[in-house]
Amino acid sequence: MTQLAVQARDVSKSFSARTVIKDLDLEIRPGEFVALLGRSGAGKSTLLRIFGGLDPDYEGDVLVPQRHAVVFQEPRLIPWQRVLPNVALGLRPTADIKRQSEAALAEVGLAEHARAWPVTLSGGEAQRVALARALVREPQLMLLDEPFGALDALTRTRMHALLQDLCERHQPAVLLVTHDVDEAITLADRAVVLSDGRLTLDLQVELDRPRDRGNPGFIDLRTRLLAELGVPEETPSSAG
Amino acid sequence: MTTADVTVAPSTTLGATAPRTATADTIQLVRPAQTSRHTSRLPRIPRLVRRAVGPLAVIGLWQLLCETKVFAPDEVASPVAVVQAARQLWAQDALQSNLLISLQRVAEGLVLGVAVGVLLAVLCGLFWLGEDLLDPVIQAARAVPILGLVPLAIIWFGVGEFPKVFLIALGCTFPVYLNTYAAIRGVDLKLVEAGQTFGLGRWGLIRKIILPGALPGFLVGLRFALVSCWIVDVVAEEINAQSGLGYLINQAQTTNRTDIMFLCLAIYAVLGLIADAIVRLLERQLLGWRRAFKGA
Repeated sequence: MTQLAVQARDVSKSFSARTVIKDLDLEIRPGEFVALLGRSGAGKSTLLRIFGGLDPDYEGDVLVPQRHAVVFQEPRLIPWQRVLPNVALGLRPTADIKRQSEAALAEVGLAEHARAWPVTLSGGEAQRVALARALVREPQLMLLDEPFGALDALTRTRMHALLQDLCERHQPAVLLVTHDVDEAITLADRAVVLSDGRLTLDLQVELDRPRDRGNPGFIDLRTRLLAELGVPEETPSSAG
Repeated sequence: MTTADVTVAPSTTLGATAPRTATADTIQLVRPAQTSRHTSRLPRIPRLVRRAVGPLAVIGLWQLLCETKVFAPDEVASPVAVVQAARQLWAQDALQSNLLISLQRVAEGLVLGVAVGVLLAVLCGLFWLGEDLLDPVIQAARAVPILGLVPLAIIWFGVGEFPKVFLIALGCTFPVYLNTYAAIRGVDLKLVEAGQTFGLGRWGLIRKIILPGALPGFLVGLRFALVSCWIVDVVAEEINAQSGLGYLINQAQTTNRTDIMFLCLAIYAVLGLIADAIVRLLERQLLGWRRAFKGA
């Protein structure tokens, strides 16, 4: 039996009378990048919160690595701590942690912002700090909850490149929640669609990187994913 | 708003479209409203000077109204008379000793009251059990007028220092409690979640996220406490003391010395200014992470 980074079986979750997730199974291999797609309100973030330990109130079996980290849609930096202690949040402040945090900041290109207050950062910068905060823990699983949803298109493209770069170097398993089909195909090894509480589509994305949106394979995947999401055919690109 | 006399000519690059009259397409361009604080035409005056202008103007007006007999001399003492009273009392050593004893009482009461207020706020803010058990009691106690407790405090604790310190502490506890408690409950849940996912334990969350997040609210409570501690001090000393500023006012009343009464009021005002300056300094030191509206 191969080792897994995420093993979820028969997961169910309801809010009062409404069942959001029903008997869901999902396995993610170490180092695998999985994009989780679904319509608004499909339960994508709920599933991610269960994996992240933020929602203990679910049914079923969920196993995730001890070392996991979350990047939320908003950066959620602690406003009264400067950038560097934000990266080291929750780690015992040793000299080694300081060095590692500085290295993580450097990796996202913000080494010189270590002493800045979060409020002075731009949206993209703040989200890069949030990425560094996740990275510094050397996570075996990264849970990304629409981390680029609030960014402008240009910044998002650059963040995609940064994330791919970081994943190549650190090889964590990744679960990326997104509603952007192109983002999913660009980044992921595998795209799954959550609808009606289950994973109704599970596609391998076997395209060479960097991926070209005009590539026939890309277009084919997009068509199939959009169809599964219930979007009528021939919208040339998904709105972000 | 300044109007720049610029008119925009109609575009001629549209080619096929019929030419339109120039007057119909004339657009008045204006500069956007100036909202920046830094472009003020006034020369830069030091902050301290700007803040002193208001109080000095009040004192000047006060002196003027006294000298022109708008205020009767036996009802309102002029600033000059107040300074003379201060000199006289200082020479008798009456000013220093009474001021010092009042300061001591207020300091003790403030420290005690703020500490209790913060402790209660933390207990009620962090634990539902604390909230359910303590908050109704505190809310009920808060509704009792503290000044009405003065006679009881004398019966309970006698006429020594403790009843005064106790009443002052009581006056400081509630504003600190209310504001700190509300601020703890107002800490962003998203930040708490972020802390949880990155491995902060219960104590870590309290120390790194909840208490720093509640700090602005606490400082508001502290401001209120710095005012109410003096109010309680005066009343306590007027009723039941042989020393202190309140006692000085009371004595001045029996001898009809309005200059001394105004002197004491002026001292309270100055103490209030100093307290405010201390809190401002604290805010600047502790809340540097905020970027808030600072006024136009």
